[in-house]
Amino acid sequence: MSTRHILLGLLAGGPSHGYDLKRRHDDHFPQARPLAYGQVYTTLQRLVRDGLAEVAGTDADGGPERTLYRLTAAGSREVGDWSGQVTAPAPFVTNEIFAKVVVAILTGGDPAAHLRAQRAAHLARMRELTALKTAPDASLATVLAADYALHHLDADLRWMTTTQDRLTSLTALTAEVDRA
Amino acid sequence: MTNHPAPLVAARDLVKAHGRTPALRGASLELGAGEIVAVTGPSGSGKSTLLHCLAGIVRPDAGSVTYGGERLDRLPERRLSALRRTEFGVVFQFGQLIPELTALDNVALPLMLAGTARGAAQESAGEWLERFGAREHAGLRPGELSGGQAQRVALARALVTGPRVVFADEPTGALDSLAGEQAMTALVRAARASGAAVLVVTHDAQVAAYADREVRLRDGAPAGLEVGA
Repeated sequence: MSTRHILLGLLAGGPSHGYDLKRRHDDHFPQARPLAYGQVYTTLQRLVRDGLAEVAGTDADGGPERTLYRLTAAGSREVGDWSGQVTAPAPFVTNEIFAKVVVAILTGGDPAAHLRAQRAAHLARMRELTALKTAPDASLATVLAADYALHHLDADLRWMTTTQDRLTSLTALTAEVDRA
Repeated sequence: MTNHPAPLVAARDLVKAHGRTPALRGASLELGAGEIVAVTGPSGSGKSTLLHCLAGIVRPDAGSVTYGGERLDRLPERRLSALRRTEFGVVFQFGQLIPELTALDNVALPLMLAGTARGAAQESAGEWLERFGAREHAGLRPGELSGGQAQRVALARALVTGPRVVFADEPTGALDSLAGEQAMTALVRAARASGAAVLVVTHDAQVAAYADREVRLRDGAPAGLEVGA
């Protein structure tokens, strides 16, 4: 995830200050980890250093003075390039559930029991997400984020079911070989 | 299931074979009043047969099915079909609407069969179509509806009599994901509003996520733990 490009994307809508960017980030990515203020300011400073954003003035708005930032032409090109780039389909298989199943097999654990318990946890989370996205007042951002998470959890569940079937048929085969 | 102390529908140790093929081998399930339960499992795990036994559509070879404490599997056919008409609503994968009737008359039909006059039945049917976002299709015949529209009409028909239990067998199986989502959202909202319990059979975890809990079947019997909210 590129916080840098997301901030550039948010700045494309017009000059903003750090607090506003953080708030808009959390609105547009409702299921993401909320952005820390510190991270917003450090990233903004780097964007200025790299010529992708610049200080557009200050805005007091009744409260303390806040620095406004805006996109530069280079920043606008950069965010356009980034959002148009095809993302490399995950080149490595790194997933904690996958790793735990492999380790359970290596250590003589009970991968089937583990997969059943994991299914329960996945479905509980899927229920929460379904309730979120079907609430009458759900925002588009919430629906999109919940859809994304639901489809990925569903993909995990499919893999888990296939793995369970594979392990069951392997166990049956091993038992047959042992008997022979 | 702390909210549902006495089950409305309960199946115990059901056994059922289709010819020589066993479909259920000791399946049990409880459904509380107003509860939404998903029955999931791979093809051939017996989930549709379980639904058919619970809804009184087929009788099990062994085991018991109770509805409100009464043995459903022992009821004479006439009482069973009266019960199915008044207390149960059923939806299948392909809505199974009557092709010659308009959407409105399809929904009004269960009320008319139960003795409601045509005008009153149509009025009520119109309200249910509205709740399922299908009022504008009232005058169309099933052949003129999309899969999603037809399924929402079928759901309205299942709920029009105010059933205490809705049985839905793969209700989104023939729909694309957005139409399926609309159908499930409408079904859950309507069931919650009317207090109907829902038993939904599905192979799709995203559909199961609309339910309060999941009962997973494998080879006609429960597969390990029940997965609850």
